[in-house]
Amino acid sequence: MTALGILWFCLIFVLIAGYFVLDGFDLGAGALSPFVAKNDRERAIVRRSIGPVWDGNEVWLLTAGGALFAAFAPAYATTFSGFYLAIMLVLMGLIVRAVSLEYRAHDPKWGRAWGILFFVGSLLPALLTGVAVGNIYAGIPLDANGDYTGIPLLGLVTPFTLLCGLLGLSVFLTQGATWLSLKAPKGSDLRGRAAALRLPLGIVSLVLFVLVSVYGHFIIQPEMAPELSILRWLFALLFVVAVVAMIAMAKKGESGDLAAFLCSSASAVVLVGLLAASMFPNLVVNTAGENITIATAASSDLSLAWMTGITCVGLPLVLIYHVIIYRTYRGRVTEQEAETY
Amino acid sequence: MEFLTDAGLLARIQFALTAMYHFIFVPMSIGLGMVVAIFETRYYRSGKPEDAAASRFWVKIFTATFALGVATGITMEFSFGTNWADYARFVGDIFGAPLAAEALLAFFLESVFLGVLLFGRAKVSKKFYLASAWLVWFGSCLSALWIIIANSWMQTPAGAELSADGTKAIMTDFFGAALNFSTLVRYSHTVVALLIMGSFIALAVGAWYLKKGRHTDFAMKTVRVATVCAIVTTCVMLVTAHSSAVTVAEEQPTKLAMMEGAYETESMPLYAFGWVDEETQQVITPFSIPGGTSFLATGDFSVEYQGLNDLAESGKYGDAFTAETVENLPVNAVFQSYHLMVAMFGLIALTTILALIFTYRGGRIKNMKWLQWLCIISPLFPFFAIQGGWFTAEVGRQPWVVYPAESSPAGVSLEVGDAYSQAVTGPEVALTIVLFVVVYLFLIIGWARIVAHQIKKGPEMSESEAQLMGFDASATKAVAAAGAASGAATGAPAAGKDGE
Repeated sequence: MTALGILWFCLIFVLIAGYFVLDGFDLGAGALSPFVAKNDRERAIVRRSIGPVWDGNEVWLLTAGGALFAAFAPAYATTFSGFYLAIMLVLMGLIVRAVSLEYRAHDPKWGRAWGILFFVGSLLPALLTGVAVGNIYAGIPLDANGDYTGIPLLGLVTPFTLLCGLLGLSVFLTQGATWLSLKAPKGSDLRGRAAALRLPLGIVSLVLFVLVSVYGHFIIQPEMAPELSILRWLFALLFVVAVVAMIAMAKKGESGDLAAFLCSSASAVVLVGLLAASMFPNLVVNTAGENITIATAASSDLSLAWMTGITCVGLPLVLIYHVIIYRTYRGRVTEQEAETY
Repeated sequence: MEFLTDAGLLARIQFALTAMYHFIFVPMSIGLGMVVAIFETRYYRSGKPEDAAASRFWVKIFTATFALGVATGITMEFSFGTNWADYARFVGDIFGAPLAAEALLAFFLESVFLGVLLFGRAKVSKKFYLASAWLVWFGSCLSALWIIIANSWMQTPAGAELSADGTKAIMTDFFGAALNFSTLVRYSHTVVALLIMGSFIALAVGAWYLKKGRHTDFAMKTVRVATVCAIVTTCVMLVTAHSSAVTVAEEQPTKLAMMEGAYETESMPLYAFGWVDEETQQVITPFSIPGGTSFLATGDFSVEYQGLNDLAESGKYGDAFTAETVENLPVNAVFQSYHLMVAMFGLIALTTILALIFTYRGGRIKNMKWLQWLCIISPLFPFFAIQGGWFTAEVGRQPWVVYPAESSPAGVSLEVGDAYSQAVTGPEVALTIVLFVVVYLFLIIGWARIVAHQIKKGPEMSESEAQLMGFDASATKAVAAAGAASGAATGAPAAGKDGE
């Protein structure tokens, strides 16, 4: 296990955290849209609030996938082929969501169809991301080549992975609710409905978090790096603190919307941090043999060094792009913007 | 139902379908990205409302197309893991880096500035909006570079060696791998083709308005820009096409032999068209220039190239390429797709020259129905050329997925049969193929509806802009509502002026 291998293990979880926070709020907003947006104008506001940023947000997932391929190809090959049908459902979700989001405004005749696809396409990735994470943590049976030998799709659904899926969904939905509260026009019904969801979603996240932790700790009992035990406790504590802070900020009304969104985002980041600290140094846990670890899966140091160089150039640029786009579209969506959309 | 159990074959079919579908939208969006940037620059310089309308029109068509390109591109990135797990394990040390770099350096750039293009016109300065248009296009060209680096490495591997246990390729030289023997020629060949595509779409839209007698000023402007772009790119294409062919001849002898249906070693003839009888191993054609292909590749009619049978017997490919392999090779398919590409280039050149002449000789294209029709259908030529070209490049590499090119390090090659996911069964792939067909059909219909709707609507000026031009906005809107049947343009300053 080289230093570069450890660095890339961390970087991949940074990218996943970016996906949880950023695509988290737009997928969450999409999955919430039928429940908070009651008419065409409100649906337009939901779409408009994520319209300029969803594509960049999704790139965090694509980069995480590309980085996993480049840094730990065996882990990429095992998970993507092992979770074949689940990944395909996520993929279909991402595809129809992207297209429906762009096309709905230009195609009122197919409005209902695009609206349904927008909802389903947002819900599938939001739910299945957690299921996949639950599987690599709890472990799946692999043969010597690293190929999944369990039952396709259904073999991946266990009470534990389902709980993980629901926890992921709940975090995404909280992101969506806090985002919509922040972006919907001041005093609008849409903001009111989204804001009212933050408290129950926060509580559900906390309950699911406790269930997953207890289930994981006492029943799944995976091997975890003992030296990271303090880090895990810290992340777990921070998650609870962040969610409680989100709930507290949500109580302050519109003035607390930004703070609530940031607290919710922080909770998503530390949840991914907790996952990383629990997985280390494993990438995929194998219930039928050797795990796929940083040491067994890492690319050569030469390859990783070049990737690190590319990242040193690319990552600052990416951060600048994000500052530009979020500054350009700062503030609430206005009624007028929604009309012209 | 035996094929349902052939997971490898089904994985190939799925990859071919999804890649070809993806590459319907990529050429259009990279090509149109250039058109958008040019029209936005025009507007930036002139500040005229009709130029603003023109730019907005192209942005709408561009973004609708771009969205599908992005969405279907995710399929491709995932597919290396989902359907080609053993391939991913073999090439991960080298192939993953360009994919990650593409996402980090190009996708973020494209997607963020696309966000500005979509909704930012009122929010950012004119200069920033113009910069965004160029940056989106630059980002998409950069993304093409990384993906061509990855693909070229599969065609002509370099900068790598086989690992000690023989299970995977290891990077030995980053630049050697990235700038392998075919990267630059294949990149220029591809991007120029995409720009031809963009030029021809602009040409077609312009010609359609000329035929309808609507937005005539916009149409002539578009046709003028398009023909200039088309002639430049078509001329450059001659150079890149030639160097691509030379690279194939030097590095991928089995592909060259398949492209020309050459089973026996000889100086290679040039066929305009023909049919490869794979049983008798003969090319059936009424007409050929003996030694023509040899001449094009080397300048000498007598240079001999090895045929497929001799390549198999030479033993240099081991068990991967034998007499039996030769019998099963899809030689005719590669021959046909290659010659389709060449024939389409002929039509591209012809259309470009005709459109250029009659646009710049007093705008005679305005009254030439047949030429307008030719221009309207002309995007099909680059479309088929591009699909045919990629089909040649990818199928011509059989039976390998990582091709043992002439200059490549020994052992760094992988047969297709050793590349697909063992964990995924045939019926699973069959199921997802059905899913893709259904979803993709639905999406392309949705896309066509939106683009057709935008073209019907045409470049519209906003009310304030129309007033600035001395038009009564409510009147032009009423005309629009009355339908295009009247032939009057909706808000265009030259409404019907040049119509027939």
